[in-house]
Amino acid sequence: MVIELLQYNFVVNALLAAFFASISCGIIGTYIVTRRMVFLSGGITHASFGGIGIGYFLGFNPIFSAAIFSILSALGIEFLSKQTEVREDSAIGILWSFGMAIGIIFITITPGYVPNLMTYLFGSILTVSKLDVWLMFGLSLLIILIFSAFYRLILFVSYDQEFARTHKIAVNLVNYLLISLVALTIVLNIKVVGIIMVISLLTIPQSIANLFTRNFRNIIIASVVLSFVGVFTGLIFSYKLNIPSGASIIFSLVIYFVFAKLIHLLINKLSIRRKTKNFELIK
Amino acid sequence: MSKILELKSIYAGYKDDIILNDVSLEILDDDFIGIIGPNGGGKTTLLRVILGLIKPFKGTIEYFGDSNIDRNNKIGFLPQINQIDNKFPVSVYDVVLSGLIYNNGFYYKHSKKDKQKAKETLQKLGICDLKERHIGELSGGQMQKVLLARAIVSSPRLLILDEPNTFVDNKFEGELYEILVQLNKDMGIIIVSHDIGTISTYIKTIACVNRGLHYHKSNKITEQQLASYNCPIKLITHGEVPHTVLKKHNH
Repeated sequence: MVIELLQYNFVVNALLAAFFASISCGIIGTYIVTRRMVFLSGGITHASFGGIGIGYFLGFNPIFSAAIFSILSALGIEFLSKQTEVREDSAIGILWSFGMAIGIIFITITPGYVPNLMTYLFGSILTVSKLDVWLMFGLSLLIILIFSAFYRLILFVSYDQEFARTHKIAVNLVNYLLISLVALTIVLNIKVVGIIMVISLLTIPQSIANLFTRNFRNIIIASVVLSFVGVFTGLIFSYKLNIPSGASIIFSLVIYFVFAKLIHLLINKLSIRRKTKNFELIK
Repeated sequence: MSKILELKSIYAGYKDDIILNDVSLEILDDDFIGIIGPNGGGKTTLLRVILGLIKPFKGTIEYFGDSNIDRNNKIGFLPQINQIDNKFPVSVYDVVLSGLIYNNGFYYKHSKKDKQKAKETLQKLGICDLKERHIGELSGGQMQKVLLARAIVSSPRLLILDEPNTFVDNKFEGELYEILVQLNKDMGIIIVSHDIGTISTYIKTIACVNRGLHYHKSNKITEQQLASYNCPIKLITHGEVPHTVLKKHNH
């Protein structure tokens, strides 16, 4: 089945998109989950809709306007919450809804029919273009380079910012750079699962990985693999059952999570049983 | 003994609230200062000024001594333990290595020298067996030792501890102070504590921070003195009153 499907260009693009999405979301998602920035990422995701609306209105590829818009929102949230009196979650709430509002306004005043709007909202990996794949490739490469070169810096700043500051590390610069990467990752992966569900690729694989390993690097590696497996399974479900790909990808990821959790519980139970047995033997 | 740093009439605080009022303090490399004072009196603010985490409104801080030593690693810091996310995926060994975070070069790998230093520090504190553990698997006392290891792994000239005796039982506390006495041979120490009773046998001098600073160049402190500083701290402790168990020291 797979071989015959590979004759189609759009299937190849979809698989490449799945591969690069797994890399960028696997790495950036690990950063998001370990730093407890899931809500912040949800805010950036929805704020990017404003950029998509502006792109439609001005008549160019919404990905670019969404990228700019979401990076600005991300920096805005970071700035508002760190440098002013606004609480971080309130700042997120403000920009989250503001972005959506901008998007709706611009899409409404855009004359004529708005093509592919649903693609952005709910994702459609099968309509990913060559350009999208190249952009995702470029982003994955950039993220791999930054995380390889500055792995320990990122790890230590994430773990304890205050301590890093006492060693005169440019913590703000690191934060701004990484939040921009988060925004880019979100925007470029919107086509895969959609604005409403992109957060899943940034949290579910990482949560599964975190059940079995508590090492930052291993979580990254496992998340990349799990993302790909999840997206691939989702695509097959989508093809076989004729359901939207975005939803079926998230559905498969959650199924994997439930399985992983059950296995994890079982391992813990067995380990406790073994330990108590040893204890009884000693007595 | 040489001077590590000097605060000259510092005014500092947050937003428009001045918490530290005209504070001057000189810290020498053999100092062992206990900082006491009421909540909101400015203990933490003083630490943050010394650590360079906040800029004072007015006044200057001067750092002295060997300019060859990287300024970034001159001060070791042990934060309050509840500031730390113990679910973060990082091992004890990594936490200790993070004390060697430098401001130059790439960060993918640590040098052999750094790794050696981290191992030696773990050994010094007797926590080598915890090396590969995840930080979530540690007891409060073990966590404090790990954070202490991170603070001293860069061989700082000054060690600053913020409430190190919370979440720690008496045995650990005793051990901790013995370690600090040893460390004090190589570096100045500032310790913030709400529990003056237990630290006063180990520290050499006491500073009471209550908006202003009252530096008492001895570890003897009486209720009357505290009252005159307007420093509402109780000296009640188990057994003897602290100043009767004074160790010898010269000032």
